[in-house]
Amino acid sequence: MSPTLINLSYLVASVLFIFGLKGLTHPRTAVRGNLLGALGMAVAVVATLLAKEIISYQWIILGFVIGGLFGAVLAIKIHMTAMPQLVALFNGFGGGASVLVAGAALLELVIEHKALSTQFTVATAASGLIGAVTFWGSLVAFAKLQELISGNQIIFPGQQAINAIIGAAALGLCGYLVYAPEQTLTYWVLVAVSSVLGILLVIPIGGADMPVVIALLNSYSGLAAAATGFVLSNSVLIISGSLVGASGIILTQIMCKAMNRSLAHVLFGVLGEAGEKASADDVYAGRVKSASAEEVAMLLENARQVVIVPGYGMAVAQAQHAVRDLMNLLESRGTNVEFAIHPVAGRMPGHMNVLLAEADVPYDKLKEMDEINPSLEQTDVAIVLGANDVVNPVARTDPKSPIAGMPIINVDKARTVVVIKRSLSPGFAGIPNPLFAADNTLMLFGDGKKAVLELISALKEAA
Amino acid sequence: MEGLIAAFTIFVLAIFVGFEIITKIPPTLHTPLMSGSNAISGITIIGALISAGSENQFVPKMLGFVAVIFATINVIGGFLVTHRMLEMFRKKD
Repeated sequence: MSPTLINLSYLVASVLFIFGLKGLTHPRTAVRGNLLGALGMAVAVVATLLAKEIISYQWIILGFVIGGLFGAVLAIKIHMTAMPQLVALFNGFGGGASVLVAGAALLELVIEHKALSTQFTVATAASGLIGAVTFWGSLVAFAKLQELISGNQIIFPGQQAINAIIGAAALGLCGYLVYAPEQTLTYWVLVAVSSVLGILLVIPIGGADMPVVIALLNSYSGLAAAATGFVLSNSVLIISGSLVGASGIILTQIMCKAMNRSLAHVLFGVLGEAGEKASADDVYAGRVKSASAEEVAMLLENARQVVIVPGYGMAVAQAQHAVRDLMNLLESRGTNVEFAIHPVAGRMPGHMNVLLAEADVPYDKLKEMDEINPSLEQTDVAIVLGANDVVNPVARTDPKSPIAGMPIINVDKARTVVVIKRSLSPGFAGIPNPLFAADNTLMLFGDGKKAVLELISALKEAA
Repeated sequence: MEGLIAAFTIFVLAIFVGFEIITKIPPTLHTPLMSGSNAISGITIIGALISAGSENQFVPKMLGFVAVIFATINVIGGFLVTHRMLEMFRKKD
């Protein structure tokens, strides 16, 4: 295949990627969009395989088989609750591939004593740096979400200084690589230092900030691919890399806004100002009312408008199917049921929507925070299911709290709030929630799934 | 230098296109967007194929081989899992 034809195929692939992403703007066209993206990838891969530089296929086929099997098995077997760690893992492999491709290109040119342009060396350094940070950062995020290591914030003294020094060292190595690219060892030292940086950047970040981290790493993997595009002077890599980079940055911004945190704060492990924390005893003492499933069922029986606020607790309890049954039962009695989705509910952007979609909850029932908040005052019963910080009114009332200013779902304005939760334990932010002690709140203690099933049977008995 | 400017132009324009499209994607689809765009970032596979399949020295070839494995995991896994998720959104239509 002539280079012109190959480049034209790359153009076709880029256009398919853009149409693919465009398809994702609506659930109806989304499946087709994803297929278009996959088709674009296939076009690019086939065109490359026909390129005249490619003369031996055995390693390629072996790589396809190993990688394809591994990827496919993971993608098919994974539980929807484990989606965030899977995306993190795939993301990491993309970054790792960029490191290796840039390294291979550098080695090849040096071995063959070919001229190295500044564009090539700068891009190689960028690819090594960003790719290694993405690879190791993603692996740490995976390990945290999979609970192979503690999901808590891990902070040690001098952390930021150490990170700054390592970051500076990585940049220095980039400079040296550009200055003396023939010494390919520099590249691998750079990769090693960047790997340490990737680990140190993600280790301090706690579970609550994971949506931001995953979005950010997603962006990095795109930038790594784009940098590899500059290494190889390949337009399809540059275009698709920038698309992914842009998507990751946008999601990162959305997540940060949803938590009222700056990106710098997330990256450097600052979880709000320390401030004075109200102790749980002061907030809850004697004011928490617990209710039985039967009592809550009675409330629901007379409700016209019910809003369910799912949180990660629902995902952990695998309660989404039970919740769907509850919704259907209530709707069959003429109650209007809606779901209020906080942007950072779950562990990656939009995670809660996927879990509810898995349980066949129609997506027009899923309302975003800004859309549902005005209607909460007319809501008879708000059911909070395993959500915590995203409904904590302290964010509105106490400027000293770690979550001050974070937009929340205003369930406290509903006529009655039912909180389904195992205990009064705090959420990610580690602060007590005065909502649990509010006058209009009833606590239904128990495992999310069991509690919802009890509610369903109580409702059925009452009928 | 001219090549660099051309590449840089493509980079900047593609970022603008990305922003235009992606800001229109509703929060409901943010997880599929992430895994789908992630699969697209596996486009590095193009570079991996060239390294693994060319008349290369042994070491670059092996680097390319491992890169093919990594990128294939990213591409195949990414598109498949996105498809799985999106099918769930579709069946309620």
